[in-house]
Amino acid sequence: MSDHNVFVTESTVAGDDAGPLADRTIAIKDNMSTEGVRTTCGSAMLADYVPPYNATVVDRVLDAGATIVGKANMDEFAMGGTTETSAFGPTENPAAPGHVPGGSSGGSAAAVAAGDADLALGSDTGGSVRNPAAFCGVVGIKPTYGLVSRYGIVAYANSLEQVGPLATTVEDAALLLDVIAGPDDHDATTHDRAADSEYAAAADGDVDGLSIGVITDLIEGADDDVVETFEASLDELESQGAEITEVSLDSLEHAVQAYYVIAMSEASSNLARFDGVRYGPEGDREGNWNDSFAAVREEGFGPEVKRRILLGTYALSAGYHDKYYKKAQDARAWVKQDFDEAFEEVDVLASPTMPVTPPALGESLDDPLQLYLMDANTVPVNLANLPAISVPAGDVDGLPVGLQLIGPKFGEETIIRAASAVEE
Amino acid sequence: MSDSPVDPEDVRHVAGLARVDLADTEVDEFTEQFADILDYFEALDEVPEVDSEPELVNVMRDDEVHEGLSQEEALQNAPETEDGYFKGPSVS
Repeated sequence: MSDHNVFVTESTVAGDDAGPLADRTIAIKDNMSTEGVRTTCGSAMLADYVPPYNATVVDRVLDAGATIVGKANMDEFAMGGTTETSAFGPTENPAAPGHVPGGSSGGSAAAVAAGDADLALGSDTGGSVRNPAAFCGVVGIKPTYGLVSRYGIVAYANSLEQVGPLATTVEDAALLLDVIAGPDDHDATTHDRAADSEYAAAADGDVDGLSIGVITDLIEGADDDVVETFEASLDELESQGAEITEVSLDSLEHAVQAYYVIAMSEASSNLARFDGVRYGPEGDREGNWNDSFAAVREEGFGPEVKRRILLGTYALSAGYHDKYYKKAQDARAWVKQDFDEAFEEVDVLASPTMPVTPPALGESLDDPLQLYLMDANTVPVNLANLPAISVPAGDVDGLPVGLQLIGPKFGEETIIRAASAVEE
Repeated sequence: MSDSPVDPEDVRHVAGLARVDLADTEVDEFTEQFADILDYFEALDEVPEVDSEPELVNVMRDDEVHEGLSQEEALQNAPETEDGYFKGPSVS
């Protein structure tokens, strides 16, 4: 294994002998339950937690023949974009040493980039698969909400998150998506649409006649050299027969605000379960329930998790619910409408995955708001429940840049086809 | 800074609601950061009311007995158990 602090736990779990992923190794983000293998979520709160069952996606990759090689490092409870909030130390970007791998699925992307695993699973609540895919120079897919089961994933913000594949090629990422997609009795939000998917076959590189709309609102805030790299990859698609146009979505100005209010609100509720009784550090049993509960949570949670729980509690508290949470839901509906209208004109939408290149290790955590703004290009997709893929577009002085392609609901084949043309 | 500045008492109040103890240094840091972040969230005020049809359907299933976790498995991660139960602090 490489020395980038990719894994929280290295552990080999062999899958079935045969199947579409036979002979493939896979890294699993450490917020996905693995029976008998500890699952920390990057948190001291779950440092010793050993799940008694597998997440559905874990069962599916094992049934498909993959061999799990380890549980990948991540931002604590998936809250972060650099994998520096992990209680188990930061992961280094194998594609850009000295820099962050992105996050929150930074260990998953780094595992693939370093060759420690052929494939990886990440989860994407506001960009947590696409961001590290872009920063580590690999491919990552955020599926349509409801395409992949969330059963057995440690919940952060249920209405936004999906499990997604990471790989070095579009075809491999699509193949892994074929394995994990489809209905699950244990997750009532899953859709039967993907039961017999053939996403890998869609990676045929044919973009002749495909219309691609560049989201100008997401170009304006991006670094100039990132935009240049992005535009060069679009020129390449145009030369293969794609038609490039520009679109503007006014609602996107409010997407980051809406995302953080909704995600923090859901997190404040979801993370109430960490009370030191069923799992977690042992509290002081002498005090009453509330004192013991508050002491365990002070000890078990890191600063970013506390920040989001408190802000979410604030946004849902009496007198502030209408001002923040209700307005954020309005913004979410507006973002969805804007995307629906855009897809009446074009087949796919495009932007740089990240507005910046990967920051140096240790340089971002001091200013949380600046870090939230780095998610501007990825969060709209989660608010609108849409599928998106990040594919390597090139680099700026050796630092990877990703191209994001967004499709209409259940339009995975279209974005996979378009992304495979970028690799040509 | 925000029109409605956040003071340390606000942070302590919310931390109490969320059942998270905070050190004094954390209260000071969060007070400053929350003012910036909430000020940024203020822009949501410009969002128009949106008429939307939620794409929701009821997902029904038969109420059948399935195999679940054993009592031992359910308790295996608890810091403290007694006679097959979770053991927690007193409620009052």
